[in-house]
Amino acid sequence: MPDLTKTYDVLVAGGGNAALCAAITARQAGASVLLLEHAPRAFRGGNSRHTRNLRAMHSQPTDVLTEAYEEDEYWDDLRRVTGGITDESLARMTIRASSGVFGWMRDCGVRFQPSLTGTLNLSRTNAFFLGGGKALVNAYYLTAESLGVAIAYDSEVLAIELQDGAARSVNITYRGYPYTVQARCVIASSGGFQANLDWMRHYWGDAVDNFVIRGTPYNRGKVLKNLLDQGVAMVGDPTQFHAVALDARAPQFDGGITTRLDSVPFSVVVNQHGERFYDEGEDVWPKRYAIWGRLIAQQPGQIAYSLFDAKALPLFMPSVYPAVKADSIGALAEKLGLAPTKVQETIAKYNAATGTGKFDNSQLDGCTTVGLDPPKTNWARAIDTGPFYGYPLRPGITFTYLGVRVNERAQVLMENGHPAGNLYASGEIMAGNILGRGYLAGFGMTIGTVFGRIAGQEAARHARN
Amino acid sequence: MHATEATTTLRREVEICNACRYCEGFCAVFPALELKREFGEADLSYLANLCHNCRGCYYACQYAPPHHWGINLPRSFAEVRAESYQDYAWPPSLAKLFQRNGTVVALALATGIALVLLLTMAIQAPGMIFAKRAVAPGEFYDVIPLWAMQIVAITTFGFSLVALGMSVRNFWLDAGSERKLTIGGVLYALHDIATLRNLGGGGHGCNDNSERFSMTRRRLHHAMAYGFLLCFAATCVGFIYHTFFGWAAPYEFFSAPVLLGTVGGIALIIGTVGLFAMKLVDDPMPAARKLLGGDVAMLVLLAAAAKTGLLLLLLRATSLMPIVLALHLGVILTLFVTLPYSKMVHGLYRGAALLRNALERDQAPLGSGGG
Repeated sequence: MPDLTKTYDVLVAGGGNAALCAAITARQAGASVLLLEHAPRAFRGGNSRHTRNLRAMHSQPTDVLTEAYEEDEYWDDLRRVTGGITDESLARMTIRASSGVFGWMRDCGVRFQPSLTGTLNLSRTNAFFLGGGKALVNAYYLTAESLGVAIAYDSEVLAIELQDGAARSVNITYRGYPYTVQARCVIASSGGFQANLDWMRHYWGDAVDNFVIRGTPYNRGKVLKNLLDQGVAMVGDPTQFHAVALDARAPQFDGGITTRLDSVPFSVVVNQHGERFYDEGEDVWPKRYAIWGRLIAQQPGQIAYSLFDAKALPLFMPSVYPAVKADSIGALAEKLGLAPTKVQETIAKYNAATGTGKFDNSQLDGCTTVGLDPPKTNWARAIDTGPFYGYPLRPGITFTYLGVRVNERAQVLMENGHPAGNLYASGEIMAGNILGRGYLAGFGMTIGTVFGRIAGQEAARHARN
Repeated sequence: MHATEATTTLRREVEICNACRYCEGFCAVFPALELKREFGEADLSYLANLCHNCRGCYYACQYAPPHHWGINLPRSFAEVRAESYQDYAWPPSLAKLFQRNGTVVALALATGIALVLLLTMAIQAPGMIFAKRAVAPGEFYDVIPLWAMQIVAITTFGFSLVALGMSVRNFWLDAGSERKLTIGGVLYALHDIATLRNLGGGGHGCNDNSERFSMTRRRLHHAMAYGFLLCFAATCVGFIYHTFFGWAAPYEFFSAPVLLGTVGGIALIIGTVGLFAMKLVDDPMPAARKLLGGDVAMLVLLAAAAKTGLLLLLLRATSLMPIVLALHLGVILTLFVTLPYSKMVHGLYRGAALLRNALERDQAPLGSGGG
């Protein structure tokens, strides 16, 4: 059991990638460190345990990254996905730092692998962890343990008491018992609030009952809310989150990667009234899958259905639940709980509008519908070859954008613009400074790693002085 | 391969793996399962026998217990693997020996030793057994006549080879590749077998009993397997010496059979004792509890073969030689007899699975292209 009575140099709230990078770096810099992970050991690591890779700048091929991915291209990608809701100097600093993390990560036991399949063709920009994010988290915990970081699982941070812009003490529960812990510096790395459905309900009403949370149920946003309530500056739109299209049968939490569906571009998607509502073939799936969560969230009942035929089945990766299967469109609609005549009509209208161009699933093939609203502008093939298949879809929330404002030293900023004396942040709790909107695969892990290391370094230095 | 509860469990798990694919850097199993969308019993048998039980996927799995999906591939693969040994066993009437295999091998060992001792007693006059000895050619055969050794060895080992051959044929007909054998494929498979590349976790080692990676299991298995091969080579050289050159055992210490046997025996002891010690500190979660008996029995049997062999070398000039010789031959007899009905079969099926994997390794994973 960790000693909760002593005063640590650095207390880290959280137990995912950003928390671990901060804790290890601070310990390596000579600080005594206490890491408080809300989850039990088996579920440690926050959303990092569901991740797979890290986006890294590089100017030449490495053993785990192909070609080159320079600062300007990286920044362009970020600016495009965020629509400018970012902080260029923090973003560029993060991008530049991403090229230098590999040596340290390897020293911490993180292993990489060449990217193979199902990875949205990211081998140029993203380095893949061997075994995925849980293996990375395992490596960091082993390193933290061997360095002498005190680790407490089942430990929820309830409040960081701020006085005159400095953290004085930290209220926690450890295995269900309340404690007040003293530390010279505090690093908040406790993630967003997407698993706090009551908080989400505040903005989304009862629609949240139809949301699936892709990751950990332990990201409740308690520290985030507590800090914002005490005059810490806020970034990011609290109503916004990143969402993808998931199988509606997914568990409410922790379904991770396997419940996502890649069938949309090769299918027709209807809402619960059996009507289409968006161009399924707008762009290649890696560039579009992130908008479909929101599209479905805006449909009645927050549900939609991806319908396709036997021709399309082999074109995308399998997901965890088998597709609903029937010999006719009518029977399929019935199995999915849709009005058969309406769905038959929608498919018939769609089929009648197809027929141009040569289908090619490997690129934007220009196979478009004619005279259909909304159109399907690529991969529009008639759905006519039985058996027919369908997946029910729901919005799957990955993360929220709301966060605390930080500076380039990972110091948390107060509403008056001054940095809090001894309070730092890393990871999803501050990612909104840089990724204020949209999504860039593997960038959350980059922000967590870069800011985790900065926060650990700065906190250790501050504690020594 | 029959449908059982174990194959049903495994099918559910590999379907989840196929939707995740985070583990594909660990070993050959994951790229192989990505070639399929649906998994028949034969596919599951192939994958189960391809699994080297390195456990990398268990510790890396975001869906491992206590997650409600409870993915535990090393255990599920081990259970299906064990059932496949029964399914492919020849003759089928002896398949039952794989149930409670630890007990079976232990009883066989006791019977084997007792039998050889009793037969030695029966053949020899009582005074002969404890008489003073010198290391002289033909000395062993004074205790147990050459003809007796040869008849027993050739019949038991011969039967076991036939049974093993039929078993692996059953495997190949059920779960082998439909592709034609190629030299490249065979060489690739042999390389995988010789290096145990798939026990390497993509070059980082196994998860022996925790999240920590290590090469210990792989190295100990190498010591055991190559030790075993050296001992077998020693036996073969001895057979050639005697049959073609008329040189009778025992041989001098600095002779090929004795050196091969000594080095092999020491390696075999290091490997088996080391692997046994690892079982003692094993993480019980990814292990299949009901297979422990058969696994341990095989380690004990191999260790006993090596230890009695080395003991024979040490004591061959003493009056204890006949007893130790009988002991050693009893162990070897057990090894020969239980060969097709023990953990030893894993090598053949694993080799066959690696061959299929080598022949099919150029295929593209399903669902990887486009959109």
